[in-house]
Amino acid sequence: MKLIQGNEACALGAMRAGCRFFAGYPITPATEIMEWMARLLPPKGGVFIQMEDEIAALAAVIGASWGGAKAMTATSGPGFSLMQEHLGYAAMTETPCVVVDSQRGGPSTGLPTLPAQGDVMQARWGSHGDRPAIVLTASSVRDVYEITVAAFNLSETYRLPVVLLLDALLSHMRENVELPEVAVVDRRKPDSVEAFQPFGSTAFQAFGDGPPLVVTGLAHADTGRPRASDGPNLERMLRRSIDRLETDREAITRYRAIGLDDADHLILTYGITARSAAGAVQQLRADGIRAGLLELQTLWPFPERLVADLASRVENVVVPELNLGQLVMAVRAAVGGAAPVRHLGRADGRLFSPEEIATAVRAGAHEVSRA
Amino acid sequence: MPRVGQDLRQYLQLDSMPHVWCPGCGHGQVARGLATALDRLSLPLDQLVLVGGIGCSGRTPFYFNANAMHTTHGRALAFATGLKLTRPELTVITTMGDGDTAAIGGNHFIHACRRNIDMTAIVYNNGIYGMTGGQQAPTTPRGARSVTTPLGSLEPPFDIVQLALAAGATYVARSTTFDFDELPTLIVDAVRHPGFAVVEVLTQCPTYYGRLNELGDAVAMLDYERDLTLPQEAITKEGLAGRRPLGVFRREIAPEYTAQYAELCARQAARS
Repeated sequence: MKLIQGNEACALGAMRAGCRFFAGYPITPATEIMEWMARLLPPKGGVFIQMEDEIAALAAVIGASWGGAKAMTATSGPGFSLMQEHLGYAAMTETPCVVVDSQRGGPSTGLPTLPAQGDVMQARWGSHGDRPAIVLTASSVRDVYEITVAAFNLSETYRLPVVLLLDALLSHMRENVELPEVAVVDRRKPDSVEAFQPFGSTAFQAFGDGPPLVVTGLAHADTGRPRASDGPNLERMLRRSIDRLETDREAITRYRAIGLDDADHLILTYGITARSAAGAVQQLRADGIRAGLLELQTLWPFPERLVADLASRVENVVVPELNLGQLVMAVRAAVGGAAPVRHLGRADGRLFSPEEIATAVRAGAHEVSRA
Repeated sequence: MPRVGQDLRQYLQLDSMPHVWCPGCGHGQVARGLATALDRLSLPLDQLVLVGGIGCSGRTPFYFNANAMHTTHGRALAFATGLKLTRPELTVITTMGDGDTAAIGGNHFIHACRRNIDMTAIVYNNGIYGMTGGQQAPTTPRGARSVTTPLGSLEPPFDIVQLALAAGATYVARSTTFDFDELPTLIVDAVRHPGFAVVEVLTQCPTYYGRLNELGDAVAMLDYERDLTLPQEAITKEGLAGRRPLGVFRREIAPEYTAQYAELCARQAARS
């Protein structure tokens, strides 16, 4: 057992996953991740560099990934906004990399030291155009370690930028942790260098490791050469990488379930808010109300079927989150009319108490019983 | 000296032709300068990465038989930094325009100059935004017309060489597309320089800059470039008389980043 901080667990997870390049720019509350990487990388021969801004940080990460390194950056809301340009570039160029966003109150400079969950939609839709996206989150220091490794594994498996959403509280929280054993996925190399098409599969060739490559943010053929006016080709590219995630949605979906087997009332949440929700489940069950918790660790692709199935078995659904209504939109779309969905949101930099969540569940239960 | 009719096709990606550049554009001359330089450098092309920004100049990498990374507007050097740090054995050359370098990428440019990573930045300066149709650039001279300064620009322009020198680049040179012979020599010199090298090339945009400023066709613009500039060795006691100097302005050996980083890693590994 070791007492470690959330941001430290993230850095340790990255090192365990084989991350050998980190570029960043200081920002509260994510800075300790880069401070740890600055210490951990050099003895392993990995590269650490502090760049001139967050735009450059993600650019350097993408450059390093094309040099063959597993690569990561970490930031918070204002920096994450600046990174949207290169999240799009990474998606277009099918570049594996990990972007950690420790969320703080926004918009703009907002509440720099207080937790929020306001970047859920930005993580999915922040860059222009359509793109496949994997967005993960965590609720404990141990999970941060494990899910950071998962973020790298998914990024390398699907050749995508993967976003890990933390928050100011989880980043700075310390817990006693036994670091779990984890499996590490490495980048898939081309079977044959000669016949290799750099795009069109999840195999990856770095610069200098074979015949010359072409990489561009323009729409391109599987050879990498630009096809800037060929719309149907772009749509085919996008659908292909989106479909890869669609096919594997169940494998990509990580979640934790508490008391869902016999639940009449579903609390659906994620990240730091799941800790309060677990307390709410305990309180409600002590009062004889059969509540259950679905803690999503994969936010995108959104596990529609899982949520729809659960909603069809409960009387009502409560979605607490530290924003004024973001993931709840996806929940409502998945639930349809199967059960009433109640949103519990706040953007004041505070967490929900278990009582507040329990009260919302009771109010929902009351409405259902009156209907 | 490049021979007329010299066959440089082995360096070019002919499948990507025709190129996007307009008839008379100077970028083809810069590309020829680069191809000639590669011929003299005898680099393995699979160990060379050309990193382009966005704009006419940013397309250069597509036309070469080397690795090509076509990045985002202004940020080629930030991508190149991550790549070079990860793979110091690769030769990395960026091709960026003047707006790319000094406007949207200004921050990346000055920090790349400061870090002294062993890369070469070729800056194509035509004083205007060509690809988007002739808007004012941070290098557009005072009084010059563009489609966004139809009455003449009020802004003092950036001098890319002075910017690079002030930011600490260890090799800084300027040439023009008129100086057909000199350019490959400077590019060879810059690539061999063990540190961050900047080569600014004044290049003509007859389609926009030339037309809007009534400078005539491409040939007339080359004469204009000749008259606008002065090789440093030709500077007399009368000074520059408003002309821009050409040649090498700094060649200085300073600690190079990737070499220092490798030493630092070795020290840390020995300690742990």
